[in-house]
Amino acid sequence: MPIEILMPALSPTMTEGKLAKWLKNEGDSIKSGDLIAEIETDKATMEMEAVDEGTLGKILVPAGTEKVSVNQPIAMLLLEGEKTSAATPPASKPPALTPAAPSKQPELKLESAPAPKVESKPAPVPAPAPVVLPTGESADDRIFASPLAKRIATDAGIDLAAVKGSGPKGRIVKADVEQAAASGSARKSTTPAKAPVQVSAISDFGQPYTEVPNSGMRKMIAKRLLEAKTTIPHFYLTIDCVIDDLLKLRKDINDGAGDGVKVSVNDFVIKASALALRKVPQANASWTDEAIRLYERVDISIAVATPEGLITPIVRDADKKGLGAISNEVKDLAGRAKAKKLKPEEFQGGGFSISNLGMFGIKEFSAIINPPQVCILAVGKADQRPVVKDGALAVASVMTCTLSCDHRVVDGAVGAEFLQAFQALIENPLRMLI
Amino acid sequence: MSDTSFDLIVVGGGPGGYTAAIRASQLGMKTAIVEKELLGGICLNWGCIPTKALLRSAEVYHLMHRAKEFGLKADNISFDIDAVIKRSRGVASQLNGGVKHLMKKNKVTVFEGHAKLAGKGKLAITKDNKPVADLTAKNIILATGARARELPGLEADGNLVWNYRHAMVPKMFPKTLLVIGSGAIGIEFASFYQTLGCKVTVVEVLDRILSVEDVEISGLAHKQFEKQGMVIKTKAAVKALKKNANDVTATIEQGGKTETLTFDRVISAVGIVGNVENIGLEGTKIKVEKTHVVIGPYGETGEPGVYAIGDLCGPPWLAHKAGHEAVICVEKIAGLHPHPLNVLGIPGCTYCHPQIASVGLTEQAAKEKGHQVKVGRFPFLANGKAIALGDTNGLVKTVFDAKTGELLGAHMIGPEVTEMIQGYAIAKTLETTEQELMHTVFPHPTLSEMMHESVLDAYGQAINM
Repeated sequence: MPIEILMPALSPTMTEGKLAKWLKNEGDSIKSGDLIAEIETDKATMEMEAVDEGTLGKILVPAGTEKVSVNQPIAMLLLEGEKTSAATPPASKPPALTPAAPSKQPELKLESAPAPKVESKPAPVPAPAPVVLPTGESADDRIFASPLAKRIATDAGIDLAAVKGSGPKGRIVKADVEQAAASGSARKSTTPAKAPVQVSAISDFGQPYTEVPNSGMRKMIAKRLLEAKTTIPHFYLTIDCVIDDLLKLRKDINDGAGDGVKVSVNDFVIKASALALRKVPQANASWTDEAIRLYERVDISIAVATPEGLITPIVRDADKKGLGAISNEVKDLAGRAKAKKLKPEEFQGGGFSISNLGMFGIKEFSAIINPPQVCILAVGKADQRPVVKDGALAVASVMTCTLSCDHRVVDGAVGAEFLQAFQALIENPLRMLI
Repeated sequence: MSDTSFDLIVVGGGPGGYTAAIRASQLGMKTAIVEKELLGGICLNWGCIPTKALLRSAEVYHLMHRAKEFGLKADNISFDIDAVIKRSRGVASQLNGGVKHLMKKNKVTVFEGHAKLAGKGKLAITKDNKPVADLTAKNIILATGARARELPGLEADGNLVWNYRHAMVPKMFPKTLLVIGSGAIGIEFASFYQTLGCKVTVVEVLDRILSVEDVEISGLAHKQFEKQGMVIKTKAAVKALKKNANDVTATIEQGGKTETLTFDRVISAVGIVGNVENIGLEGTKIKVEKTHVVIGPYGETGEPGVYAIGDLCGPPWLAHKAGHEAVICVEKIAGLHPHPLNVLGIPGCTYCHPQIASVGLTEQAAKEKGHQVKVGRFPFLANGKAIALGDTNGLVKTVFDAKTGELLGAHMIGPEVTEMIQGYAIAKTLETTEQELMHTVFPHPTLSEMMHESVLDAYGQAINM
């Protein structure tokens, strides 16, 4: 019997969404893990991954359809040997799909009013995952499992989708999960399920090469940054900050900390950015065709390099947090980012990004904006440079920072105003402690 | 009786047997049942049901004595033991008639007599030792039940020394009574006689009464019974019974000391043995261990086509277990895919005053199994409905696995707990965790609110305590 492909829930609270795009056509063969469609809500866009193998029989909900209810059948998947004529929706609802990792950024809701208007709305924050579900898993009930089975599966890292239920009507019960745990058959892999197959070959021009298939994360980075660089009118502002006072303050703090929190220059950069954003809220914003959305909270995304690629965990309410708190949080987030253990709400959202390549010795660079944000601050290495002070040559520790701005929201003067505020704080770091 | 060939024949008409017959009939099998005495078995005729009728009389009598507390007047309170027994027999008889009707309604052929396996798929039926019929069946379910264990020297004679059956229809009401054994049966009779004014002494060989229950619960029961005037001797043994003209002198050993006490009557409730004799098990592949038939998860015995269910197969000796095993067994025979019985999900109830009910692991058993536990407790004293009822002695105790939130066991003592335990049994069957129990709305004002509070207490969140 054909399997119904159902509208997935991107978040526990999602009830409906837009079927943005079909990535497969009717008649295409589908392998488990293939991306088959893109789903949008006001909070996120994400790609649906196929769980079962077969042929996409009939698309029931065409691309671009808005307000598709969660769990509504959107297509039929034909199993091997089944004909297209069989692809009418049956009454039963077997699990067909689980959502792929949600995209990192919130999409913008379009305001219909023609005139610009200022609207105050709480920033979109993904609802917290329910207690019993594995992080990031959708909350819909297509996998029938007892609460205890779910809890044990979560603790043991068992993927319930791969567990066969022995309870009434195939419900997954404790014994099934324990058996799966013992056999190790359904363990969730911490690395992508299929290890990329590297293929060695020789190009048309005689150059040998190795082909490393793109991971989902790599594809996502490519897509989003291409979109950012080609659709956002970037411009760049660079400023030098003298940070001798900051370095001294940092030394004093860390010397006095003993075994306690040691703060980094980057922690100061985060704090200074956050306070500067309070002064220049236009830099903590998003563009939509109808309105500019000004965020009320200062949530700063920090670019973290991981072996799989870039990810931007968020320090929320960074303006309200002390340096120690920021420092601890960044360490924790970066550590878990590298271990791939971030929850979606820890890297989705954010109103402003910071990318720091100072530790690699980079003096200055310009970064690509992380949409739908409008600014990203690229931070270079702090080193001793000759400066002219009161008409005389002197040596100072200087750090060059470059702000990339989306000109649709942030004009040159606004960007400059932000950098000025930022520089004032960085160069007079005691002001950050007030 | 011309028809002697069936799809299924059930031997024994107790709660296991008659349930099996009905389910088989529902599934389209041509079914017969053989009962040598009364349909409904011990449970309905000599066990669960008539004792509940007796205990109800005792409860009403007890409340009449407390009438003043409730602002009521009742003078010259007394009882007529014959009338109490008559009511109990009436209740049993009514239900026995009910089972007969159910057999007829479900087109189950009833054979009165004793059945014995007589070769593959064959049963020989006799009545008063005369052959009645030779039956053949594709499948046979043995549900012959169990009976009171007789210990040498403590044998019941029906006159001075009783078993449960004699105790249910006493010819006289004793002033003093010795109950040997403190399992559910012993304790229920002890409670019944004690409540009606008899001076009861309970002797238990183990270190505590109701030893299958949680230590805390059996401790609370012990205290309550002593408060009512019962004498309880644990780690004690009845060494000898000397029958006098109209009473019995018992030699009781406790802690190395021996004493002799005289009682009007003695109830022997020292355990249960399966009815494995004289049903033709000899020479078959059916295995018997410790007086009980050994079965597989669906009631299979060593002999193909022969199944066994209920008390015949060992503890827990509970009617509801037998009935459940019956359905599982019959569905398996019918080619369905039933789920084997989870013993830890079977609740147990003792209808003494205060009542006791439990399901799953005791706290101690849970720890011995290696669980790290979270334990919740809620006393009846803090429950509005219990105070309104005027019955505040009791406790609801819950045991959770600290790691997974699994409800490992629940143990209750107090009024109406036997009616409440099913809530936790459902929770266990559905494999709920503490989360679902916490999120369940319990009605107010009820005793069941304590079930909620106990769960909350296990996680340090009890509200009304």
